[in-house]
Amino acid sequence: MAKVLMKGNEAVGKAAIEAGCRYFFGYPITPQSELPEYMARELPKVGGVFVQSESEISAINMVYGAASAGARVMTSSSSPGIALKQEGIGYITKANRPAVIVNMMRGGPGLGTIQPSQADYHMCVKGGSNGDYHNIVLAPSSIQEAVDMVIEAFDLADIYLTPVIILADGLIGQMMEPVEFTNKKQREIPKKDWALVGKGKGERHITKNLDLNPLDLERENIELFEKYKKIEENETQYEDYLMEDAEYAFVAYGTSARIVKSAVRKLREEGYKIGLIRPKTLWPFPKEAFKRNNIKKYIDIEMSMGQMVDDVKLACEDVHKVVFYGRSGGVILSSEEIVDFGKSIMGGAL
Amino acid sequence: METQKICFAGFGGQGVLSAGKLLTYAGMLEGKEVSWCPSYGPEMRGGTANCAVVVSDEPVASPVITENATAAVIMNLPSFDKFVNIVKSGGTIIINSSLIDKKVERDDVKVIYVPANEIAKEIGNPNLLNIILIGALIAIEKTVSENSIIDAFTKVFGENKAKFIPINKEAIEKGIECAKSQI
Repeated sequence: MAKVLMKGNEAVGKAAIEAGCRYFFGYPITPQSELPEYMARELPKVGGVFVQSESEISAINMVYGAASAGARVMTSSSSPGIALKQEGIGYITKANRPAVIVNMMRGGPGLGTIQPSQADYHMCVKGGSNGDYHNIVLAPSSIQEAVDMVIEAFDLADIYLTPVIILADGLIGQMMEPVEFTNKKQREIPKKDWALVGKGKGERHITKNLDLNPLDLERENIELFEKYKKIEENETQYEDYLMEDAEYAFVAYGTSARIVKSAVRKLREEGYKIGLIRPKTLWPFPKEAFKRNNIKKYIDIEMSMGQMVDDVKLACEDVHKVVFYGRSGGVILSSEEIVDFGKSIMGGAL
Repeated sequence: METQKICFAGFGGQGVLSAGKLLTYAGMLEGKEVSWCPSYGPEMRGGTANCAVVVSDEPVASPVITENATAAVIMNLPSFDKFVNIVKSGGTIIINSSLIDKKVERDDVKVIYVPANEIAKEIGNPNLLNIILIGALIAIEKTVSENSIIDAFTKVFGENKAKFIPINKEAIEKGIECAKSQI
């Protein structure tokens, strides 16, 4: 299929339907409302179900129900709405059920602004719900990558029986870019022999959340973390951009990374040996990308007051090697300010 | 080519967003890297609207334009003050002089005044003002060819609008003609 020009929110919806998603429960919020709009229009055409719930909390619990029945199911929102969904995300995680959750981030805290931001890293990557857990978090940097990651997210959710979060921002949701739907081969999915199938249709299955015996719960949590170890080993993804001979490395994800790339190109033209490390999975975090002896400084760039920077410090095991620059509150970084900050750090690198 | 960063600004209903989409799609058809980004916010019907289009040989960094635009297409007076200074030195400003009676007081940019509403009325369809302004833009900036705009037309507006291609072609050519008469 040839390339088409699509808005990010709609492209994500189309990708979900192509991945076999047939259930969507959501509630509108800027800057992601075109996604539920698209699903409301397109899901019934393929025999799917769209419900606009009365709140984000009921939407995520409908997702829990559909996931427990073995469906491919999605919800989406933007930052304050994702905050409301945290309880349900924790329940789905505890029950080991697959779901895909899209967060088109906007500025916060609180109701904040409707402009793009990356300030939900802590909430989505570190766990905004209670208890010992992680969710897989994928961070697309273009609309094409958002499409590819949504399709991958459904596979990852089904293989590892976990919520998978697509962490993008308002800019990815609102902008249009060329995108291609290639029907890439999907992975082999284990049989859903745990799904609730209804009374009288075979053996009894249970989906549950409460474990009053501490030893039982501890054992389950240990199993959960054995699963996380497997995910860390097999599913960590990042991109190196012009890193071969780099002495300095920008670190950025999502929208910030595409702006940083143009800053890298400008600095390279001036002779600076700098590249970009772009985490594509935020959890699992690509720790191995930061084990490089030849890097003098990791320059972390975010549209936040500094959140991923904590993981960069942990990964490179030297806090003195990590510096941070960010814009917050819905302000979008410019490549010029990134170039200037890079120069201020590299000084006489030439 | 130098990366082209173009702002379209006017009020809702003038075809601000669709003019941007048409240019973006045409760029894509020419194999260029492109992006289109609307301003979004709590706007009322008939309120201001603007969008940013980037056409480049390199992958697009930021789809948002806050400074150093290479061109701006300004369709109404409230957008004039906001967008005249977003264009970098040496850039191009296309003014819809039907609705804007002010002159651009900068001598470091090319300015083209297009009475787009009047020309659209002459052609016989007042909705064509955005297409006329695209014609003026591509005459100066050479962002894409006239043919690519025509090829993009049904992609953006749907196959059932193909019958409007001849009148849109006329509109583009009137825009090109108007711009060329001023350089």
